[in-house]
Amino acid sequence: MADPTTEVKSIAVGSAGPGCKKVDPILVADKVRRQFGGLTAVDVEHVEIPRGLITALIGPNGAGKTTFFNLLTGFDKPNEGSWSFEGKDLAGVSPYRVARMGMIRTFQLTKALSLLTVIENMRLGAQKQPGESFLTALIRPLWIKREREITETADALLKRFKLDAKREDYAASLSGGQRKLLEMARALMSSPKLVMLDEPMAGVNPALTQSLLDHIKDLKSNGTTVLFVEHDMHMVRHISDWVIVMAEGKVVAEGPPSTVMKDQAVIDAYLGAHHDTDLGAVSPKTDTTTLRATAKETD
Amino acid sequence: MDILNILSLALGEMISPTTITFVLCAMGLSVHFGYTGLLNFGQAAFAAVGAYGMAIGLITFQLPLWLAVIMGLVCSAIFALILGIPTLRLRADYLAIVTIATSEVFRYFMTTIGFAKVTGGSNGLSQFGKQFWALNPIPEADYNFGFVTYRSDQLFVLIVGWGTIILGALVLRLLMRSPWGRVLKGIREDEDAVRSLGKNVFAYKLQSLIIGGMFASIGGMIFVLNLSNVQPQTWTTNFTFTIWSVLLLGGAATILGPIAGGMIFLALISLTQGIMGAMVEMGWLPFLSQPDVAQIRFILIGLSLMLLVIFRPQGMFGNKRETQFNG
Repeated sequence: MADPTTEVKSIAVGSAGPGCKKVDPILVADKVRRQFGGLTAVDVEHVEIPRGLITALIGPNGAGKTTFFNLLTGFDKPNEGSWSFEGKDLAGVSPYRVARMGMIRTFQLTKALSLLTVIENMRLGAQKQPGESFLTALIRPLWIKREREITETADALLKRFKLDAKREDYAASLSGGQRKLLEMARALMSSPKLVMLDEPMAGVNPALTQSLLDHIKDLKSNGTTVLFVEHDMHMVRHISDWVIVMAEGKVVAEGPPSTVMKDQAVIDAYLGAHHDTDLGAVSPKTDTTTLRATAKETD
Repeated sequence: MDILNILSLALGEMISPTTITFVLCAMGLSVHFGYTGLLNFGQAAFAAVGAYGMAIGLITFQLPLWLAVIMGLVCSAIFALILGIPTLRLRADYLAIVTIATSEVFRYFMTTIGFAKVTGGSNGLSQFGKQFWALNPIPEADYNFGFVTYRSDQLFVLIVGWGTIILGALVLRLLMRSPWGRVLKGIREDEDAVRSLGKNVFAYKLQSLIIGGMFASIGGMIFVLNLSNVQPQTWTTNFTFTIWSVLLLGGAATILGPIAGGMIFLALISLTQGIMGAMVEMGWLPFLSQPDVAQIRFILIGLSLMLLVIFRPQGMFGNKRETQFNG
């Protein structure tokens, strides 16, 4: 791994820190705040996502990572704030327009379209299909050529994600991990500029983990920017170029993984003090005693 | 018991103008519910809007028939917009509530005395079929098809109706096999996922509501042209639930389902009515009187529908593979 300071210089302007300026940002967010009643879920002063790199967004449960994702992609509306993608203002833009601009997201709880076959799921990910508008849909020759191109792209992606054997199966018949793969492959159908993955590793069989990691690295080598939310520190450390740490809705630390992971405050507060020691299996006994203890407290 | 008479009545019912109407309405509902996942409980209102739109066009505006039909369809599209714009951004259940309420509102609106000049009030409208019957090219005669005999005008309605159904089925088949249909099916499965892939979900849902509504409107037009009158009390929630029964019997996300479902459902109603009526007449069911039969057949049909939905949720023509998953 390269020396952290030179790494920082190639990504950030000045020294790394919460909200620091980037050499070449693809996504910039300013004063984005989202409140649910009295609870401030997200309150991000300023953050920039570097282009062409893999950025990890980490933080404890309830830090506002997914809410921040939802805000950036238009699935939720903030109380205030502005954010732009490639210099284009995105505040108040509806989710489908955000996606058309080349910023495609996936969901924490996978959204495979169950009663569509795997290949139909993939085709749906494509854009600029004239047959998707009502009147052209009736005239097959107007869209069949584009459909063939789409199918070709889809088949190539399915092969890359090792889902080609499942081509004609309903997405409902896939395992949890395969659905994650399908959702990611589907997101790539439109060759997005920025892919936002919400916990791509959650529920994925360890055997598939390595191939998923490789796919994400492939994305970077193809020039796609990746922003992902993840709890799996192994993954964060191995594939990300830049790490942003959120806690209680705010960005509290930023930097290359090697530095951020060493930041004692981050480690203790957000990753747990024993994040790299093997705690072993959690025995049911400790579980019940903790439960009893909490039960007593609530009594 | 004249079993032959009962059977021929049921067979006749299979292709009757009433069946045609319910088949067309159910085809529209398959676009709404089967393909897009929209819970529309006001399909009767779409049929009514089409029927009234056309009838008012013919009587009040003295339009030629083709223009009156277009007016009915335009009214139907406007009705879909009124229903859809406020509710389609919300969860599916809200649409269900709004549609059932709106269809009742529309029916009462039609009976209001204040508009009776145009709508005919609770008497409805009649005497608007002249142009339609004038189109009939079939020579005046009785046509015998073995078990049933049709007059020339009856035959004309059947040909127009079933021709429309075949045409409609072809259009639906084209649409549902196109990328447009794929987006609809995607919305049925998970609209947020489809949104995240860059599709304007709201616009698709609106289009689906309009297209499905137009099918029902055409069904409504054929219904009232056949009777040569339009009555407000036809379009009750009963009408809507019959459409749902037809759709679920045949299979919601299929093209042939609504057609076969409609034929079988209406034949079954006629059959139970005939058989039970005959049994009462012969004193086999001493605890029932003739008027009870009309009620009890609906109980039996309701029961069989419940069993159908529980044990064969995909309907008769649905894809069995689809129900293996609790998608």
